[in-house]
Amino acid sequence: MTPTRVPVVEKILDANDQVAQQNRALFDNHRTFAINVMASPGAGKTTFILKTLEGLSPRYRMAVIEGDTAPVTIDADKISALGLPVVQINTGGDCHLDAVMLHAGLQSLPLDGVDIVLIENVGNLICPAAFKLGSHLNLLVASTPEGDDKPYKYPNMYRGIDVLIINKMDLIPYIDFNMAYFQQGVEILNPGLRTFPVSAKTGEGMSEWINWLDEVVQQHRKK
Amino acid sequence: MHELAVTESVLEIALRHAGQVNADRVTDIYLVIGRLSSIVDDSVQFYWNIIAENTLCQNANLHFKRVPARLRCVDCQLEFEVQDSLSPCPQCGGYHINVIGGEEFYVESIIVEKEGATV
Repeated sequence: MTPTRVPVVEKILDANDQVAQQNRALFDNHRTFAINVMASPGAGKTTFILKTLEGLSPRYRMAVIEGDTAPVTIDADKISALGLPVVQINTGGDCHLDAVMLHAGLQSLPLDGVDIVLIENVGNLICPAAFKLGSHLNLLVASTPEGDDKPYKYPNMYRGIDVLIINKMDLIPYIDFNMAYFQQGVEILNPGLRTFPVSAKTGEGMSEWINWLDEVVQQHRKK
Repeated sequence: MHELAVTESVLEIALRHAGQVNADRVTDIYLVIGRLSSIVDDSVQFYWNIIAENTLCQNANLHFKRVPARLRCVDCQLEFEVQDSLSPCPQCGGYHINVIGGEEFYVESIIVEKEGATV
């Protein structure tokens, strides 16, 4: 038996990326704008999503996909209470959504007439950064109590996003959060990144974010 | 953390390429992984020993080729390498830095054997 080298040169996550492209095509065919919402656990993703839905609801028809590691419907129930379509994807303990899971979840969510779909990823700053979903916008909800060193500790997450929300700004007086240090880390990783400091709880800063998103979606729909 | 999904993907790629050349066995797999890819080699190896069992890839050795993170300063155009933490440009101290290498994440090649004949 002679050993033979077989050249491969294939990206390890190529299969995921291909399904992500299919997801993107599905969204585009329905003229649906898809947002991948990532964050650490407890950053306030769900509250942020609820307030975003409220802010956009007169203008757009929206739906939500909830990625959760456990089969609890706490988040999905809150969306349902608003009367909006919601699909829960239970990752079965996996630390992230991937394109294949999303593709399966989309089978249960009719996209006809849905202008914007918000995809709430699993709370984690490492794994979701590696798996493309096919979304048009990759968004991170950071929050001040997590600490100002997070860009330095999770560079891949901060490098791969299109927009950054800094949530829980109302807690700044009570914690040690050096905004300049935080933003310096962000600037190294993702120069010029669009950033919105908000408090989803009090509503502070949310209208700037909503108006910006409105414009981005309008521009996208003209394409 | 997501190493299981990654390892499954490596196995799928290796088995598909081994099948294309009618190999009987895969002995080695060469992976190229950039410093900026958050992958833990030990973790991949751990899952590999489990999922490769009873496949053509059973007992195949994984080789990890780590590629350093290469950066270019936007302000002074200096190209430099970093190992771990973020740092400003060593020449001008600037913070406007582009990543030009270190995100590699692919299967480079595999070594296969075929009973009785060279593939």
